[in-house]
Amino acid sequence: MADYIIRDSYPVQTAAYESAGDASARIKRKLKQLGIDSAILRRIAVASYEAELNLIIHSHGGELIMEMTPKSIVLISKDVGPGIADISQALKEGYSTASEEARDLGFGAGMGLPNMKRNADSFDITSEVGVGTTIQMGFQIA
Amino acid sequence: MITIRDLIKILDAKVLCGEEKLDEEVRSACGSDLMSDVLAFVKDKSLLITGLTNVHVMRTAEMLDIHCIIFARGKIPPEDVLEEAKELGICVLATEHTTYVACGLLYGAGIPGTSKRTGA
Repeated sequence: MADYIIRDSYPVQTAAYESAGDASARIKRKLKQLGIDSAILRRIAVASYEAELNLIIHSHGGELIMEMTPKSIVLISKDVGPGIADISQALKEGYSTASEEARDLGFGAGMGLPNMKRNADSFDITSEVGVGTTIQMGFQIA
Repeated sequence: MITIRDLIKILDAKVLCGEEKLDEEVRSACGSDLMSDVLAFVKDKSLLITGLTNVHVMRTAEMLDIHCIIFARGKIPPEDVLEEAKELGICVLATEHTTYVACGLLYGAGIPGTSKRTGA
């Protein structure tokens, strides 16, 4: 049996720039209603928004999943490709493969993955080219 | 204590929405057109000075609890962007100053930057 008390999944479409942030805003509003401390909530919101933007800018589509237990919140970003060939390079600040379109909107500075890692209490990324990328971020709330 | 109301005078700015927020304190500020960097550097009770006027500025502000946005270089955001700001309860100001000058004036008035990165 799963030990989480809430599990929500939010699909994120590729290139859906118009609605970028919708899933993260919904997650943030829900957690705010549940009384999560505002400083922790801001870290979760930033990590979630970065993950959502990555799904829109780089992936072939995927989902954001939020799991909450009495002690922690776990954010999972899962996509169906294209996968990251060199994860250590993708984790470097300033490294970006974002499109011109994404940059015009104010994104693609190469801060996404490092910023997720910095904001989360735990960070795990696995990726396989041609298969997809999964990122799991944990946040202690108690 | 510096409030949003004080910024109007310092920057010769006009209020586009969020009149009810004018007495809120401003603790730090960030000037950038790159929302990716804003996401990496902003702290609590911050204001953002930017020349980018799309809706992503408001979405980024929502994630970071930014309560005031100043559009520099005389830029006025489109109506839908202001509507989003109203919905989110974000105060929006506009100034004719460039981002560089606006930042300098605010820094000179005693508002510190967000030099340290957010997060753990």
